[in-house]
Amino acid sequence: MTAENVLPVGVLLSSLVPALIIFLLPEQRHGTRTALNLFAAVTKLVLTAVIGWGVVHHRRYETRVRFLPGADLVLHADPFSLLFVTLSAVLWLATTIYAVGYLEGSPQRSRFFGFFSLCVASTMGIALAGNLLTFFIFYEMLTLSTYPLVVHRGTPESLHAGDVYLAYTMTGAALLFAGTASLYALAGSVEFVAGGSVGPLVAGHRGALMLIFFALVAGLGVKAALFPLHGWLPLAMVAPAPVSALLHAVAVVKAGAFGITRVVYDVYGVRVAEELGVMRPLAFVAAATVVFGSVMALAQRDLKRRLAYSTVSQVSLIVLGVAIVGTVSTIGGVVHLVHQGLMKITLFFAAGNLAEKLHVTRVDQMRGVGRRMPLTMLAFTIGALGMIGVPPIAGFVTKWYLGIGAIEAGASWAIAILAASTALNAAYFLPLLRDAWFEPAETQGGILAEEATLSLVLPTVFTATLSIAAGALAASGVSPLAWAKLIATREYQP
Amino acid sequence: MPPWLAYAASGVSLFAVGMSALVLHGEVMRKILAANVSASGVFLVLVALARRAPKGPPDPVPHALVLTGIVVSVSATALALALVRQLRHGAQLGPSDERRR
Amino acid sequence: MRGVPWLELTILAPLCGALLGLVLQRAVAVLALVSSLSTAVASAGVAVLVARHGTIRRSVGAWELPLGIQLRADGLAALVLVAFAVVGVFITAYAMVHFEPGSRAARSFFPLWLFAWTGLDALLLSSDVFNLYVTLELTTLTSVGLVATGGDPAALSSALRYLLFAMAGSLLYLLGVALLYGAHGVLDLDLLGAVVTRGPVTWGALALITCGLALKAPLFPLHGWLPAAYASAPVPVSALLSGVVGKCSLYVLVRIWLGVFGVPLGRAPAVLIGVLGAAGVLWASIVACRQQRLKLLVAYSSIAQLGTIFLVFPLMGRAAFAGGAYLVISHACAAAAMFIAAGTIEQVVGHDEIDRLDGLAHRLPLTFVAFALAGVSAMGMPPSGGFVAKWLLVRTAFELHEWWWAAVILIGGLLSAAYVFRVLRGAFVPAPITETIRRSRASDLLALGLALLALALGLAPDLPLALAAQGAPS
Repeated sequence: MTAENVLPVGVLLSSLVPALIIFLLPEQRHGTRTALNLFAAVTKLVLTAVIGWGVVHHRRYETRVRFLPGADLVLHADPFSLLFVTLSAVLWLATTIYAVGYLEGSPQRSRFFGFFSLCVASTMGIALAGNLLTFFIFYEMLTLSTYPLVVHRGTPESLHAGDVYLAYTMTGAALLFAGTASLYALAGSVEFVAGGSVGPLVAGHRGALMLIFFALVAGLGVKAALFPLHGWLPLAMVAPAPVSALLHAVAVVKAGAFGITRVVYDVYGVRVAEELGVMRPLAFVAAATVVFGSVMALAQRDLKRRLAYSTVSQVSLIVLGVAIVGTVSTIGGVVHLVHQGLMKITLFFAAGNLAEKLHVTRVDQMRGVGRRMPLTMLAFTIGALGMIGVPPIAGFVTKWYLGIGAIEAGASWAIAILAASTALNAAYFLPLLRDAWFEPAETQGGILAEEATLSLVLPTVFTATLSIAAGALAASGVSPLAWAKLIATREYQP
Repeated sequence: MPPWLAYAASGVSLFAVGMSALVLHGEVMRKILAANVSASGVFLVLVALARRAPKGPPDPVPHALVLTGIVVSVSATALALALVRQLRHGAQLGPSDERRR
Repeated sequence: MRGVPWLELTILAPLCGALLGLVLQRAVAVLALVSSLSTAVASAGVAVLVARHGTIRRSVGAWELPLGIQLRADGLAALVLVAFAVVGVFITAYAMVHFEPGSRAARSFFPLWLFAWTGLDALLLSSDVFNLYVTLELTTLTSVGLVATGGDPAALSSALRYLLFAMAGSLLYLLGVALLYGAHGVLDLDLLGAVVTRGPVTWGALALITCGLALKAPLFPLHGWLPAAYASAPVPVSALLSGVVGKCSLYVLVRIWLGVFGVPLGRAPAVLIGVLGAAGVLWASIVACRQQRLKLLVAYSSIAQLGTIFLVFPLMGRAAFAGGAYLVISHACAAAAMFIAAGTIEQVVGHDEIDRLDGLAHRLPLTFVAFALAGVSAMGMPPSGGFVAKWLLVRTAFELHEWWWAAVILIGGLLSAAYVFRVLRGAFVPAPITETIRRSRASDLLALGLALLALALGLAPDLPLALAAQGAPS
C-alpha cells in the first residue's frame, strides 16, 4: 500500500466522498456546501499535480483491485489519462465557482452538486481506467450521474431531453457492453497498453475484431456525438448553463472522444486498426460529422443550440485526428481534447452570463451586448475566434497540426474538411461578434455596463485566458501541446 | 407383462386422466378432485414400483414415498378446500389490516 | 465451530419461531424477528464452514445413505442460504412496520413466513430428489397461504389459482421422481448423477420433472398465476415471493439438472429452456413498460429477471453458473427493496399509480433513492450485483459464440432502463410546497439497506463468487 497505489484512488475519492456528504447536507447549508466543493476541487488539483510530476519523472501509479475472474479493476496514470484528468480537474474548479453563482437562489442545490461531484468522480474514473472493463464501469456511472443534471429543472422539456438522452446513451451502453464483453471473451483480458494488445488475435478473428471495433465506436460515439448518434446533445441544452458547460467541455462528450482514442491506440493499436481497415470509415464518419455539425449550427437561432452543434462538429476533429494515421495528426487530435474544452467552456460560460443577466438566449438578441457586458463578450470573442482558428488562440494550433498531419499521412482531403470547418465556423460566429460589438445596444433607457456577478465572470475570463495561453505558449514545455507530443510519440514508438 | 408393470401403467393412465381434467375442467371443485385422482395415479405407480423385484419382499422406500405423498396431497387438498370455502362464503373483512400512517 | 450443528440450526430456528408464534400470538412479530436473526446467524455459520472446509454433509439422525436423509451444503447452497437469510431479516423487519400489530394479517403472516423459511432452508440443504419434493411442497403450500393473507377475494382466488398450478407441478415432479427411482433405485442426487444414462426413462423423467418445476418457477409461458398473486398480496409477501421464496423451484431445477441430467442428455433441452427464458425476459419487460401501477411494474420486472436466470441453462459453464447465482442473490436484494419502496409509497399517498408520482420524491426522498439504487441493479448497470451477473452471463455467451443470448440480456437491460427511469423521472418534477408528513423512517431505511446491499454486491464480487465456487461444477 504505497503512495503509488493510493494516489489514483485518491483522485477519485476527492470528488466521490464530497458527493456523498453533499447529498446528506440539508438544503440550507449553502456555505458548507460551497466550502466543501471548493476544498474538494482544490484537493483534486493538488493530487493531480503530484501525480503529474511523478509521471513526468517516470513513476508508475497504479491501483489494482481484484474484481472478477480474469478482470481486475485498474486505475492507472499514464500521460494520456493525466491529460484528461488535469483538464477535468482544472475545469471542475472553474465550473464549481460558476455554478455556485449561477444557481444562487435555485432549489435543489444539494441534489445538483451531489450529482455534479459524482459526475466528476466518474470522469476521473474514465480518465484513469487502466483496462476496458474499468473504463466501461465508470463510463456507465457517468451516464447515471449526468441524467439528474440534465433533468434538473424538472420542466417537461427537461424531462423530454432526459428521455432522449437515456434512449441514446443506454443503447450506446448496450453496444459498448457487447463490444467489451466479446473482446474480453476473445482476448481474455483487455488492458490498456500503448500499441494495443489485440494484435496477436488478428490472424484468426479479423471479422470479429472489425465488428467489435464498430460496436465499441458506436457505443462511445453516442457520447462523443458522432453523426448520427448526436441527437441527444442539442436537446440537452435545456439543462442549466453549468451543466452544458461541464457536459460539453469536460465530461460526457470528451469521455466519448477519449474512449475512442483509447480503443484505437491502447486496445487495438494504430497499426492493427489500420490493417483491419477500420480507420478509413472512422475518419469518414468524423469528417462528415465535422461538416454536418457546422452546417446545422448555422441554422440554429437559439444560442446554446448553436454552440451545441458547434460541439458536435469540433469534437469530431479529435476523432478525425485520431483516425488519420500519423504522429502529427494524432498530436492535433489529442491536443484538441484540451483546446476544445477550454474554448467551449468559455463560450458556454459566456452564454450563461448573457442568459442570466440580459435574458439573451437567441442569436438575434445579441445587438450591442458587447457594450453592456464587455468582459463576458471579450471572453466569448476569444472562444469564438479560437473555434474559427485564429492565431494565437488554441484552436489555431489544433488546426495547424491537423492540417500538417493530414498532408503527412497522405489524407489531403482532410484539408478540405478543415477549411470547410473554418469557413462555417466563421459564418456562424462572426455575425454574432459583429452584432455584439458594432451594433448599438437594444435597451430601454440609459444602461450602464452591467456585468454578471464576480463568481460568473471570473471563471469565464479565466478559461478564456487559458485558451489564449494554450495557443500562445504552445511551444513551451508546459503547454497542452507539449504534453500531446509526449503522448503521440509514445503511441508511435515501435 | 409382469403384474407390477400393469399396475404402474394404470397408475400412469390415472395420472393422465387427472391431469387433463385438471387442465380442461373450469369448475374449481372438479379441478381439486382431478388433482386428487392424478395424485392417486402417482401413488399407484409408486406402490407398483415397490414390487418390481421378481422375488423377495417389496421395497419399502416407495411405500415411504407414498405415505409422504399422501400427507402432502391431503394437506394441499385441505388448503384448497379452505380457500374455496372462504371464497364461497365471501371474504368478510373489516378495515384493512395494514398500517395507515 | 465445527461442533455446532449449523446446518440443522438453519432449519430449526425458523421452525421454532413459527411454532412459538402460533402459540404466543401477541408476541409473534418479536418472535419472528428473533427467529430470523438466529437463522441469519446460523446461515452465516454454514457459509463460513463451507468457505473453510468445502462441501459439508450431515446425515440426519445418523442414518446413512441410501435410506437416510442427508443434508448437504456446497458453495452455491451456502451463498444462497446466507443471501436469503439477510434479505429475510430485512423483510421480517419491514413486515413488523407494515402490518398493524396484533392484526389478523400479522398473526398469519409471521408463522407462515417462518414455516416457508424452514422449508426453504431445508430445500437448499437437501441432497436427494424426494427430500427436494417434500421441502418444495412445504415452501409452496406456505407461499399459497402467504398470498392469501391479503384476505380479500382477489387474494384468495389468486392463491387458489397458484395452488392448483402448484399441485399440478408437484404431481408431474413426483411422477418423474418415481420413474427415476424405478429405473435406478437411488434417490440421492450424487448417486443418481453417477448412474443415469441416456434412454427413454431418463428422457421421460427429465421431461416430467422439468415441466413440473416449470409450472412452479414459473417459466414462460406457464406463468399465468404469478402477476395476479403479486398484485393482490400484501407488500411483504410480494417481496418474499419475488426475491426469496419464489426462487425455490428454479433452484431445484438447477440442482437436478446439474446433479443428475447435465452431462448425459446434451444441449437440446437446455436450449429449449433458454429460449423460453428469453421469451419470458422480453415479454415481461415489455409488459412492465406498459404498467400503470408501481407494484405490478416491479412484479413484471421480477418475472423478467427470473427469465434471465433461466438463460444459465444453455450457457452452462463455470462463469455462467456463477452469474446465475449472483443474479439470484442480487435480485433478491433489489426486488425486495423495490417492493418495500413501492409499498411505502402506497401507504403514504394511498395509491401507486406511476403517472401520479410526480414530485413525490421531495416528500419521500429516501424511498426514491432506495428505488433508484435497486433499479440500477435491476438494469444491470454498474456498480451493482446485477451488473456483475450480467457481465458473467454475457461474456460466457460470447465465449460460446452464441451471441443471441447476449442480445436477449442486453435488450432486456434496455427495456428495464425504460421502465425504471419511467418511475424515476417523475422524481425530478418540482413539488408544490406540502406539509412534511410525520412518519417513521423505518421502512425507508430497510429499503435503502437492501438496495445498498445490491450495490455492495457489485463492488466486491470476488468473495461471494469464491464461496459459490466451492464444490461447483466446471
